[in-house]
Amino acid sequence: MATEGGPNIHPMEQFVVKPLFGGHELNWYTPTNVTLWMGIAVLVAVTLLIIGTRRRAIVPTRSQLLAEGLYGFVYKMIEDINGKAGLKYFPYIFTLFTFILISNTLGLVPYSFTTTSQAAVTVVLALAVFLTVTIIGLVKNGVGFLKVFWISSAPLALRPILAIIEIISYFVRPVSHSIRLMGNMMAGHAVIKVFAGFAGVLGLFSFFPIIAIMAVLGLELIVVFIQAYVFTILTVIYMNDALHPGGH
Amino acid sequence: MASGIRLAALTSLLAFGGTAALAAAEEGEKAGMPQLDFGTYPNQIFWLVVTLLVLYFLLSRIALPRIASILSERQGAIARDLEQAEELRRKAVAAEEAYKQALADARAEANQIIAEAKAEIQKEIDAANAKAEAEIAARTAESEKRIAEIRSGMMQAVEDVARDTAVEIIDAILPGIADPKLVADTVAAKVKE
Repeated sequence: MATEGGPNIHPMEQFVVKPLFGGHELNWYTPTNVTLWMGIAVLVAVTLLIIGTRRRAIVPTRSQLLAEGLYGFVYKMIEDINGKAGLKYFPYIFTLFTFILISNTLGLVPYSFTTTSQAAVTVVLALAVFLTVTIIGLVKNGVGFLKVFWISSAPLALRPILAIIEIISYFVRPVSHSIRLMGNMMAGHAVIKVFAGFAGVLGLFSFFPIIAIMAVLGLELIVVFIQAYVFTILTVIYMNDALHPGGH
Repeated sequence: MASGIRLAALTSLLAFGGTAALAAAEEGEKAGMPQLDFGTYPNQIFWLVVTLLVLYFLLSRIALPRIASILSERQGAIARDLEQAEELRRKAVAAEEAYKQALADARAEANQIIAEAKAEIQKEIDAANAKAEAEIAARTAESEKRIAEIRSGMMQAVEDVARDTAVEIIDAILPGIADPKLVADTVAAKVKE
């Protein structure tokens, strides 16, 4: 993959984790480009959601409108799927959504580092959701949580088979949940980098790859939002198992 | 809630090893994929957990309550404005009612005044008519009286002339036998016929 477009192109180089202040030693606490871009994501979130709403205007300003839109979007999603009981976990899900959306979008900035294209990041996010759902489900429902695997609307003979399938699918969830996000983010950015490499090589004809980059960038703008949305709505749907285990 | 998240995050840290292997199996052994450089994982996970905790703290303590209060405030303001509008509308309706009532009253009063004026005028007209009729009757009676007088005077004159003429004629034909009294009675009788 790295040799595809000639010697100048390293589409995967953008995903390398590097210490921020030089050196080669990478301890668990070393500030890296991951630290930098996660910090920027927090700053963007603060700018948008806290500084943008500081005037508490009845007639909202642009940034306040955006903040309110995000709030209403996630709030309505949880209310529609989980009902009132799910709103208790609104801050948690909103944090996930905000982090993923902002990180995805920041990844489109040239020379940036896309934290959500890292397996380490998405797997931790997905596992956190998986464990949260499992723990909440067990704490709230006790053994009744196992009803998630016992589909009462199916014919009795089929239920054991379905239960096995359900259990497998339940434990595969964090894998698909995390790989989906990471794969989408990585693929789009790698493609842009490949085209950018072409642009560097082709000289006068470089406007072809530049147009292609613009097109892919437009597509990626949609993808970053959709992937944040998909991750969040899947979290909310998984959460529904914990809140209403019998309700298939 | 916050402790639940922290617990979940910590547990996921511990449980990470197994899933990382799973992820590696899923991706296959692609050479040159920096995402699979497990040496960077503790670092990334550490900073991710820090970031998420900071973000969660900032959002759940500051941003979300503020946005919620803005939204409910706006809801309240809208409800208040609607209520006020309803109030004003009711006032407008009441004012219209009062206006209509006043208009109706004024119209009724006007009608009454017109009726009164008409009645008064009618009375005056009636009185004038009666007076005029009485005068006309009096004049008519006087005229009739005078006509009767003239007529009776005329009849007397006719009788006188007829009597005188009859006496003269009798004197001319048979002088000396004329009895003025008899002639007078006869003529009077004839004239009356």
